[in-house]
Amino acid sequence: MARYFTEEHEWIEVDGDTATVGITDHAQEQLGDIVFVEVPEAGKELTKGGEAAVVESVKAASDVYAPIAGTVIEGNAALEGDPELVNTSPEADGWFFKMTIADKGELDGLMDAEGYKSFCDSL
Amino acid sequence: MSDPQTDIEAPPATLPLDAWHRDLGARMVPFAGYEMPIQYAGEHGGIVAEHNWTRTHAGLFDVSHMGQLYVSGEGAEAALEAVLPIDLSTMTVGQVRYSLLLDENGGVLDDLMVTRWGTGFYLVVNGATKWDDIATLREHLPDEVSLNHLEDSALLALQGPEAATALARVTEGDFSALTFMRGGEFAIDGVPAWISRSGYTGEDGFEISVPAAEVARVASLLLDQPEVQPIGLGARDSLRLEAGLPLYGHDLSPETSPIEAGLVFGINKRRRADTGGGFPGCERIRREIAEGTGRKLVGLALEGRLPAREGADVYSGDIKVGTVTSGGFSPTLGYPIAMAYVDAASAAQGSDLTCEVRGKHLPARVVPLPFVPHNYHRKGA
Repeated sequence: MARYFTEEHEWIEVDGDTATVGITDHAQEQLGDIVFVEVPEAGKELTKGGEAAVVESVKAASDVYAPIAGTVIEGNAALEGDPELVNTSPEADGWFFKMTIADKGELDGLMDAEGYKSFCDSL
Repeated sequence: MSDPQTDIEAPPATLPLDAWHRDLGARMVPFAGYEMPIQYAGEHGGIVAEHNWTRTHAGLFDVSHMGQLYVSGEGAEAALEAVLPIDLSTMTVGQVRYSLLLDENGGVLDDLMVTRWGTGFYLVVNGATKWDDIATLREHLPDEVSLNHLEDSALLALQGPEAATALARVTEGDFSALTFMRGGEFAIDGVPAWISRSGYTGEDGFEISVPAAEVARVASLLLDQPEVQPIGLGARDSLRLEAGLPLYGHDLSPETSPIEAGLVFGINKRRRADTGGGFPGCERIRREIAEGTGRKLVGLALEGRLPAREGADVYSGDIKVGTVTSGGFSPTLGYPIAMAYVDAASAAQGSDLTCEVRGKHLPARVVPLPFVPHNYHRKGA
């Protein structure tokens, strides 16, 4: 399995032909206390860079974008009752949705963990 | 992920406590033309933690972006009454009162606090509007009345049920006679301080004006008290929303009248009568007091956890009846709350309305303001 990161602070973990998407620890820290997460429904078609989910912190609403194109397999139902999972476990239990991978070539432009760390340090 | 939106006006200036905030790990954002702390780092940092700390202990806020003005000179009292709908004749020295700066149509240019000092009047106005306020006031005040911008003064707020305990430990002089909306001259570690018992959280608390050159020392001394943690703009907004206090530029603007906003108390009794002397917008204000308004600012309690924020449309059935002007998740109550202007027919307490957020209609009931009861230290209490 390989994990990639976007400049919009999403992570995407690839496992064969499917992937799991969430927001990074840096992102949840910037957002602060999360009070609501709207995840996409199974079957929704996502385009690379298109709006996929919405995360509401005490402060504001922010869009979460699809790192690549594909179809939603499952939204994380646990976030409905427990949105704080995004704060406490952003890169594990606080995942947002699972999706199919339409074109593996789209992963090429994403950063690895080291690249993302340098990117955050440069902000 | 998109960046959360904040109020941006470039280029931001720095306030006297800029380095002090950064040393505490504050995240600074542009607000009202300044770099200001939205929240702090550390164990007690974060909007919800800071909010809850203020409701249970004492929170220290830097509000030095606000404008501190001093109006004095021959005829200052009459001149101020000609521009504000306030009755200064009933105010004793040290008394603080809420007032409104209105345009000729009765729209709100700013809301402000007015205090009678021995020699003149001390005004605290909003940061984002202070330059316009100064121009408006100068235009209305006669030449013999001076208007000074106290730019060498910083302003702190210490708010919460333990604020008095913490402040008493470091203040020279007994402020036990200070009740809500009264102020006096004191000293903190030798620094002269004008302290008033007032604030913007709904809690007991104080606003403390000190020389900008000394404010870091005063702020650090207050922060050394075990009851006190620093609080950023994020919690300031959620606290004032729970307290049902309007925010200028959001709940109040030139497009809203104070009567629509439920601020009739800001038009002092003598000034409501035709014989009470003119002030900008007085015809509309007096008509609205007598006849009512077509829309009203109300509190909404939402079902679920999804907040309705500023700009969300409010519906009664299929009919749009209003717009949210402030909204967010209430840390104290555990559900979303909002303030909205709605048609008078939908404004009664208990009215079942909905707020539209991303195509969903969220059930919202009209509830009394404040959402969370005030805890002021009132006279006789």
